Amino acid sequence: MDITTRYPETGTDRPVDALDPSLDTFPKLVERNARHFPRKVAIREKDYGIWQSYTWRDYFEQSRLIALGLAALGFARGDKTAIVGDNRPQLYWAMLATQALGGVPVPLYQDSIEKEMQYIVDHAEARFAVVEDQEQVDKLLNIREQCPRLEHIVYDDPRGMRHYKDPCLLSLEALEELGRKFAQDHPAYFDEEVAKGKAGDLAIICYTSGTTGQPKGTMLSHRNLIVTARNAAEREGLSEDEEVMAYLPMAWVGDNIFSYAQSIVAGFATSCPESAATVLHDLREIGPTYFFAPPRIWENILTSVMIRVDDAWALKRRMVHFFLEVARRVEQRRLAHQPVPVGDRLLYALGQLLVYGPLRDNLGMGRIRLAYTAGEAISPELLGFYRSLGVNVKQAYGMTESSALVSIQKDGDIKLDTVGTPLPGVEVRISESGEVLYRSPGVFRGYYKNPDATRETLEDGWMHSGDAGFIDRDGHLKIIDRAKDVGRLQDGTLFAPKYLENKLKFSAHIKEAVCLGHERPFVAALVNIDLGAVGAWAERRNIAYTSYTDLSQKPEVCDLIRQEVVRVNRSLAEDEQLLGAQIRRFLLLHKELDADDQEITRTRKVRRGFVAQKYAALIDALYSDREHVQVEALVTYEDGRTGTIRADVRICDAETSVVGAGR
Amino acid sequence: MTDAPAARPLLEVDGISVAFGAVQALQRVSMEVGRGEIVAIIGPNGAGKTSLINVVSGFYHPYEGRILFDGQNRTDFKPYDVAALGIARTFQNVALFKGMTVLDNIMTGRLLKMRGSFVLDALYVGPAKRQELAHRAFVEKIIDFLEIQAIRKTLAARLPYGLQKRVELARALAAEPDLLLLDEPMAGMNIEEKEDMCRFILDVHDEFGTTIALVEHDMSVVMDISDRVVVLDYGRKIAEGTPDEVRKDPAVIDAYLGVPHE
Repeated sequence: MDITTRYPETGTDRPVDALDPSLDTFPKLVERNARHFPRKVAIREKDYGIWQSYTWRDYFEQSRLIALGLAALGFARGDKTAIVGDNRPQLYWAMLATQALGGVPVPLYQDSIEKEMQYIVDHAEARFAVVEDQEQVDKLLNIREQCPRLEHIVYDDPRGMRHYKDPCLLSLEALEELGRKFAQDHPAYFDEEVAKGKAGDLAIICYTSGTTGQPKGTMLSHRNLIVTARNAAEREGLSEDEEVMAYLPMAWVGDNIFSYAQSIVAGFATSCPESAATVLHDLREIGPTYFFAPPRIWENILTSVMIRVDDAWALKRRMVHFFLEVARRVEQRRLAHQPVPVGDRLLYALGQLLVYGPLRDNLGMGRIRLAYTAGEAISPELLGFYRSLGVNVKQAYGMTESSALVSIQKDGDIKLDTVGTPLPGVEVRISESGEVLYRSPGVFRGYYKNPDATRETLEDGWMHSGDAGFIDRDGHLKIIDRAKDVGRLQDGTLFAPKYLENKLKFSAHIKEAVCLGHERPFVAALVNIDLGAVGAWAERRNIAYTSYTDLSQKPEVCDLIRQEVVRVNRSLAEDEQLLGAQIRRFLLLHKELDADDQEITRTRKVRRGFVAQKYAALIDALYSDREHVQVEALVTYEDGRTGTIRADVRICDAETSVVGAGR
Repeated sequence: MTDAPAARPLLEVDGISVAFGAVQALQRVSMEVGRGEIVAIIGPNGAGKTSLINVVSGFYHPYEGRILFDGQNRTDFKPYDVAALGIARTFQNVALFKGMTVLDNIMTGRLLKMRGSFVLDALYVGPAKRQELAHRAFVEKIIDFLEIQAIRKTLAARLPYGLQKRVELARALAAEPDLLLLDEPMAGMNIEEKEDMCRFILDVHDEFGTTIALVEHDMSVVMDISDRVVVLDYGRKIAEGTPDEVRKDPAVIDAYLGVPHE
């Protein structure tokens, strides 16, 4: 099938946000899929040990029955359906059914506790709920008194439900039966309701768990999701032959884009794992071609691989390490668009046969054409590892308010430490304060029943991301920190402390670092050495030391850390935006930052304000021309007594680099 | 069949005694398990609980008394005959085939239901194949029911103890028993595993209508899920009744807490 039949609504000259009115909602698109490829698999679920497949025709028919059943219960346009459970075809159908009737699905996290669930069900004014099993039914029944608008709870799995007599409960089977009867009396009802749907109608409300306050309901329209899904699918070259695994929570907008919106827009198949515990195994069986995982999962997979490699016998282990190193070299050159030497090319081909291929296959990544990571920063080394194996993992950037996607690293134009270039139709700009702003057809319609929050984040169509970043000289977007933590040097240069500190902490010798620079002439750093790593280093060089304080003030240690700082400076110099934020002076703290001294939190986050106050004398010295400073520090011992440490702290200068020094 | 036998208890144990040499394991113990009941047999260590289960499942034979199942005397039946009657059991110390996968272990529970010819089975054709698929489908239902999908292909020996117990339950269920005998299904489990097991036992009872007799050491667990409780001490039945009645019974309290000797 060629692209014009695949996306009949796309012409070469259509604007990026144009939608064919006959295909501008999900129910209309599924109806098209059922006509175009009725026999093609749309969704699978592993049940009773077997992959049960449903075609696009089934997808459409099942959703239609559920919709008619809901209609029989009195579903009205604008009603909300709470959807709770693991990724199950039935729940995706319930989502489509709700949209077909002009309603809005509200997916909830399946592991939410009752209190969280109660807030969302009540706030969203859900009249209906379609849930997976008894566990979710129990939670909803317990909160029903506080959610007076909730009238009907439909459950899919009847297990354990035999003795439930509450009249608000209904099995999905019974609902479909109601639907069949309703269809006999109202044969045209479904088609009429679908035809009433418009691109601007709400397609979903996703509640985002804020770190502060109550969750906010992000309203996304059919246009938001369809245009975003389509534009990304087109740029990334997704076809109807992709295979994707639906294993991340349905309440998360990413799952909605990958497993629902893009699957429907492009017509590819989604597979639901048997249970949360079998995901990795099911992954191997399906062999997805298109895959998403947050950095945490990529890390876990790498760790499990490395543990198994280290458990292997010596020859095997050496072989793996050797070829992984070859792959790393080759990938580095590929990314830099440099030719790969013939020797390495031959070795890489051999490695493909011996290591990379079997490893990919073992991880269920043998068929991956396209994989994304997003959600938080991923270390370039980790990303590089998978890429060097031949798994095309790319960073994406986005948030619920942007229908999940703002930018993606583009094939053939990838820099490991950026989040790539904006998708078609997305405009990105950086505000005066360094915050990333964007405007796109995917930008949400506002927070449900919360106009104040909407006004705060959405200004003239520009979404305030809350992230600080910049666009580098190749047009790539780079996210450096949360905007509220970012400051400016006196000359106006952007200063992102966490970004610098993370770069410093990448060194095994540096345990903790605090960077200073907001409203200062240059960036300076307080560094905590890692006693274990630096101690071992000192022993190998026959450097004698008595204590942490003593070790930290050895001139050799100062030189060691200086090399690390210079390394960080060199990488900063590669970006014009960060060139001015190089670390000019630093000192090695005479004691470790400690939660008992309130310098860091129990979760090891530096308390900047407190540190700045406590070490004011040291900081003043950093910004003077002195080379030593005398300190007395009050320490709290673990038994609660206090004592003082006196030390002569050395202040070190570090060379800075000029533009492009790293190249 | 008329309705009359249905009114009789499914299992009647009538005055049985078992001895090992000079040791009297059971002395004239009588009890009944009605259709659709969950009956717990409790008692301190060495009370004869497991002996009673072993008598019912045909491992031991009493020197006096008789056992009726479904109204018919089957006191002297051998274990395989007992299994064919519709009684399945689990063991106090898990007795799985360690070198086989969970799936294969559960499939062995279907053996009594299989009718086959050696040749056809070996060739895996025709009726043999159809039969295997039908049994596999049934076993998959049990795997789904007991939520052990993730370990379907894992060797039994590699499983933690709590899961092995669950697999044993699955194997017993695969035989589609009328009466399920569980010998200390919760021994050696932590609180959470015990709660899970309780839920599974109640669900089995609910979904399949299986009659269950279980032996348990831990009184508190049993009291919540049984319809009736039988208490043994030194091979004799010392109490019987609803959990509440048994809990208040002075003989039971003495047996569990000990009586001071003068």
